[in-house]
Amino acid sequence: MADYYNDKDLPRFGEIAQGSPELARKFFDWYGAVFAEGALTAREKSLIALAVAHAVQCPYCIDAYAKDCLEKGSDLDQMTEAVHVAAAIRGGASLVHGVQMLNHVHKHGM
Amino acid sequence: MRDPFDQLALLDSLALPQEFEGALAVSGWAPLRPGRLEVLQVNLGKLCNMRCRHCHVDAGPDRIAENMDEATVDACIAALDRSGASTVDLTGGAPELHPSFARLVEAAVDRGRHVIDRNNLTVLLLPRFAHLPDWLGERGVEVVASLPHHRARNTDAQRGEGTFARSIEALRRLNAAGYGQGDPRRRLTLMHNPAGAFLPGDQAALEREFRRGLERDQGVTFDRLIALNNMPISRFLDWLVERDNLGPYLERLVAAFNPAAIAGLMCRNTLSVSYQGLLYDCDFNQMLDLPIRRPDGSLPTIHSWSAEELALRPIVTRRHCFGCTAGAGSSCGGATA
Repeated sequence: MADYYNDKDLPRFGEIAQGSPELARKFFDWYGAVFAEGALTAREKSLIALAVAHAVQCPYCIDAYAKDCLEKGSDLDQMTEAVHVAAAIRGGASLVHGVQMLNHVHKHGM
Repeated sequence: MRDPFDQLALLDSLALPQEFEGALAVSGWAPLRPGRLEVLQVNLGKLCNMRCRHCHVDAGPDRIAENMDEATVDACIAALDRSGASTVDLTGGAPELHPSFARLVEAAVDRGRHVIDRNNLTVLLLPRFAHLPDWLGERGVEVVASLPHHRARNTDAQRGEGTFARSIEALRRLNAAGYGQGDPRRRLTLMHNPAGAFLPGDQAALEREFRRGLERDQGVTFDRLIALNNMPISRFLDWLVERDNLGPYLERLVAAFNPAAIAGLMCRNTLSVSYQGLLYDCDFNQMLDLPIRRPDGSLPTIHSWSAEELALRPIVTRRHCFGCTAGAGSSCGGATA
């Protein structure tokens, strides 16, 4: 394959139904329900999606939810804070493993 | 900025999957014709105390020549008696800057019409307009105020540095005059449009976000919010070209074509009058020099028109009209679908 990530592929997401229409229908129904206004607003869910998109480093999701956040009424300040939350969790997840490193050092070092 | 002819030519040069007229035909709306006339929208001119990046009127403080003369104001007042329109929608520029603004408001109120003042908020901070919130409230005028966002960044990006703070001060003055607190005679409507090449989200959800944000952070209230799409014309068109966003934005508008938005389009219930007294289907057609024409090609004016000929006219449509039918639809009254 020449290109692993192509922005033209994002609007083709629905074609995933070719291999299993029934599973795709279930997925897209569920996906739509997840993002509906509920205890959290649709705007808040979109910010969470943007943060998760950065944590899982999905360029399709980053494009989709950067746009969706703007449309739902978030601004750059709010979107940047959401991305920092994702980055903080990713950074913290690395750093907290340092305790494992400490355990090893204290057990085997002098 | 490009002249209207060049704007239309640029839009026509884009490769789009369908034409607006084709989309109307498939939806059973071709040719598009008006419904009952409800709104007489009077554009008093291009003079404004601001110069916003998205302004479709290309208004500004230097536009002192393009303003309605007294004879045309008189003709607008006479048209109120003949048209049966229940609402008079005053726009510009900043309509308050026009010397006949008060006279036109009084005339419309005396005739029992609902009056809308399309207000940029900052005009209320000019010392000579300190009385305006009370004055408008005493006459039951609805204030439709431009506020792109309930936070500073996007508002200032679109309307200029410091605009948000000044807009909030103006909203406080309107609140102090009784606006934005549920009184139908002092209705304060906020007008949101996206700060960029995207469509607004759900109008009701945005209203909740604005309400919460403005009340919590600024202590100001309003009655309702309307969301408008950005039209790919005038300064916003220039911005789209500058950012290489024009093609994708038009494709987005076409892809989001919503037949359910057609019935409520402003061109179907509004007659738009230019400062020269020419008649248009909407304010956007006015800015693109697309006037209403009689079958013989002549132009009706506010001095010379008949309700019958206007009722039978086909509405002038071009590609920019995709801006009003995208998503939830977009009109001077907000979403249409």
